[in-house]
Amino acid sequence: MVVALILLLVAIGSVLFHLLSPWWWTPIASNWGYIDDTISLTFWITGAVFVAVVAFMAYCVFRFHHKEGRKAAYEPENKRLEWWLTVGTAVGVAAMLAPGLVVWHQFVTVPADASQIEVMGQQWRWSYRLPGKDGKLGTSDVRNVSSDNPLGLNPGDAAGQDDVVIESGDLHLPIGKPIKVLLRSVDVLHNFYVPEFRAKMDMVPGAVTYFWFTPTRTGSFDVLCAELCGIAHAQMRSKVIVQEEGEYQAWLEQQQTFAELSGQRRTLKATYQVSGE
Amino acid sequence: MVDVLSDTNTGITPAEVVDVELYHPKSWWTTYIFSQDAKVIAIQYALTAMAIGMVALVLSWLMRLQLGFPGTFSFIDPSQYLQFITMHGMIMVIYLLTALFLGGFGNYLIPLMVGARDMVFPYVNMLSYWIYLLAVVVLVATFFVPGGPTGAGWTLYPPQAILSGTPGGNEWGIILMLASLILFIIGFTMGGLNYVVTVLQARTRGMTLMRMPLTVWGIFTATVMALLAFPALFVAAVMMLLDRALGTSFFMPTLQEMGQLMKYGGGSPLLFQHLFWFFGHPEVYIVALPAFGIVSDLISTHARKNIFGYRMMVWAIVAIGALSFVVWAHHMYVSGMHPQFGFFFATTTLIIAIPTAIKVYNWVLTLWRGDIHLTVPMLFALAFIVTFVNGGLTGLFLGNVVVDVPLSDTMFVVAHFHMVMGVAPIMVVFGAIYHWYPKITGRMLNDGLGKFHFWVTFLGAYAVFFPMHYVGLQGMPRRYHDIGETSFIPASAHDLNAFISVAALIVGAAQLVFVFNLAWSLFKGKEAGGNPWGATTLEWQTPQTPPAHGNWGKELPIVYRWAYDYSVPGAPRDFVPQNEPPGGFAVQGARA
Ligand code: HEM
Ligand SMILES: [Cu+2]
Ligand SMILES: [Cu+2]
Repeated sequence: MVVALILLLVAIGSVLFHLLSPWWWTPIASNWGYIDDTISLTFWITGAVFVAVVAFMAYCVFRFHHKEGRKAAYEPENKRLEWWLTVGTAVGVAAMLAPGLVVWHQFVTVPADASQIEVMGQQWRWSYRLPGKDGKLGTSDVRNVSSDNPLGLNPGDAAGQDDVVIESGDLHLPIGKPIKVLLRSVDVLHNFYVPEFRAKMDMVPGAVTYFWFTPTRTGSFDVLCAELCGIAHAQMRSKVIVQEEGEYQAWLEQQQTFAELSGQRRTLKATYQVSGE
Repeated sequence: MVDVLSDTNTGITPAEVVDVELYHPKSWWTTYIFSQDAKVIAIQYALTAMAIGMVALVLSWLMRLQLGFPGTFSFIDPSQYLQFITMHGMIMVIYLLTALFLGGFGNYLIPLMVGARDMVFPYVNMLSYWIYLLAVVVLVATFFVPGGPTGAGWTLYPPQAILSGTPGGNEWGIILMLASLILFIIGFTMGGLNYVVTVLQARTRGMTLMRMPLTVWGIFTATVMALLAFPALFVAAVMMLLDRALGTSFFMPTLQEMGQLMKYGGGSPLLFQHLFWFFGHPEVYIVALPAFGIVSDLISTHARKNIFGYRMMVWAIVAIGALSFVVWAHHMYVSGMHPQFGFFFATTTLIIAIPTAIKVYNWVLTLWRGDIHLTVPMLFALAFIVTFVNGGLTGLFLGNVVVDVPLSDTMFVVAHFHMVMGVAPIMVVFGAIYHWYPKITGRMLNDGLGKFHFWVTFLGAYAVFFPMHYVGLQGMPRRYHDIGETSFIPASAHDLNAFISVAALIVGAAQLVFVFNLAWSLFKGKEAGGNPWGATTLEWQTPQTPPAHGNWGKELPIVYRWAYDYSVPGAPRDFVPQNEPPGGFAVQGARA
């Protein structure tokens, strides 16, 4: 029976594609291996159900397709069977949901020793901010955003003076330390997305959102925007560079703080004005 | 169980409906154009929906050309790509599928299947169509206004939807889009009230709720849901229109645009998302439930077997309808809403999987020990099960909050929702058209063309959307006209994208065969007769085919049994119409 055969081939083909095709997720670079595990588990359970249902259908088509003299059975209900199937499904669903919720609990519980960093999205670029020596990020306000103060820090907030501001460069992070990423946007929704970290979250103007993760592999990773933010959404790129502690510190030394940047700008302006007179 | 099967009482007198209740058209105009006959309105809805659907199909070609062969087609730039996805998504979901299932199939089938002469408010029903048409005209107009249609994505998320960084955001595109949606909802409400009241009030004698065909149950429940869900979209659209046109700040926080501080402040972008998805998630089932109902009837009829577990099927439809109002925020797991919501919405979402799975089991169990006629409608029904199961199962990934985190906003999501609410319902639409075309026109659609159309569409669509999951799994975001340079997408993925695009073009082209078949069979198709499939439901028992105005001649039919008396032991034929009085044969083995 051609129809039955094709149905069966669709099921088998899907499984073979899954197992043999080269297209799979990128190697992970964060602590969220549990997420990958939950996806794998879900693939196994749902894959088995898919094959079972389609194979059963194919068998029915093969076995019961119309022939001269065939008459269908008359069987309106079968309570026992229906209950068994319901209970079986509930068990399967619970087997996926339970680990999922456990991992979600970890995902939303930020470790106390996580260090905070800030990512800011803007049509269509990324900026970053790292706390200075005081370990604290200063307050900010979108009303302060200007070309002199791209992240909108409050000039009066002492905690913000030593914050490291990275306006158009890459973000560097030390390996092995939990990071809480605070997310902000000045204009529209964006989403800070690094496929290798598995985590992502929207950035919402007027609010601060967050997620946390621990980098587990050194290297350079693409940052993409995963929430439609206008015409150049697909071109909104940057990089995260995960380094060993020593290299990271060396890089950090070279970055400029908010105070240095605004000081510089003030000096620049002053020089300009002097020379212009 | 036996209580829903058949009456032993033969002493019910038929109901005569006095003629004055129906409006009788007096001219060509009131017969075919400003018609108040639900059957004509159904055809108007269906033709309009399919026409605008063709626009969405062409847009999908353009998008696939760009994705499969980035950089080759210079006439598609990034902002056009966004306009294409937006219009394609919006048209497919609302103006095609919602309109076709409820306005098209609902209008045609509800009165006939419940044994009514027409909808209860024919005039309002007519208005419903004309307002829908107006909504479509306004939608199409956005292609021609300065700035073009909106490119905000079909979800229209603010702030970007009404700002200048998005195509149409500070021009006419978004305004007309919102206006069109508002019109659509007004028109739908008029039709929707009709469908609900007709099912509740105008059923013929003997047609108890638990004897209604599942098609009617599906459309009825979907309509109730739509009447409850669309108001959320309505208020969201009105508020956004005010934000855009009058500068209010319902959804707009303090923000800067391109270095300028805007006058907005204090609004909440997340509020819009909640309103949108309070509508948007039920919308998925507004499309799915009619499909569930229709496909149940297709399977039962063409397998010559009663639907398995009818009462479970009804309760599953109702349960899904109710539950789908408490899962909306599964679309917002990474929106920045409070993380505790994740626990609640993941749980409710996965619970819905249970009644949904029951439906699947009952469809395949209906095939078991059936007498399966592999007609074109049956083939489409089988394809529906395959694609729906596939798409439903990937829903378990995206519903399980933490699994959604890496997958959300990638092509995995695009693949998932196309499989489950694009391909699967469309399979049912095709199956239903092949099934009811003979009743609507009196002629059969050509079988050979139908089978060709089926195989290319089913296998082609599967080839488009199955591999697409893996593109998403690799991390390719959605709504990207071009992924460009990355370190994580291998070159081979571009070949896969090209393959998907070629498959999409072929699937699209096969629809021309279908359109040709529709037109050709109208004149050249085989004469169908009144009941070519040997079906039990009332629409196949009308005195004329196509059914005349008023549907039933002088007397309304009386219903003695449920809709699924196929292959009843002892019956002379392998089906017993719902209006066939008991007697002549004994119902044996009714208790299985
Ligand atoms: C041959 C058939 C179809 C093809 C090839 C196709 C292709 C596409 C493509 C390429 C996208 C854009 C993906 C992206 O870059 O984000 C898209 C988006 C979409 N499609 Fe389809 N599609 C088809 C049929 C349908 C159907 C039947 C529906 C009905 C539910 C549908 C609903 C949508 C929606 C809602 C979107 C999302 C738009 C957005 O992101 O705002 N499509 N489709
Ligand atoms: Cu973006
Ligand atoms: Cu949903």
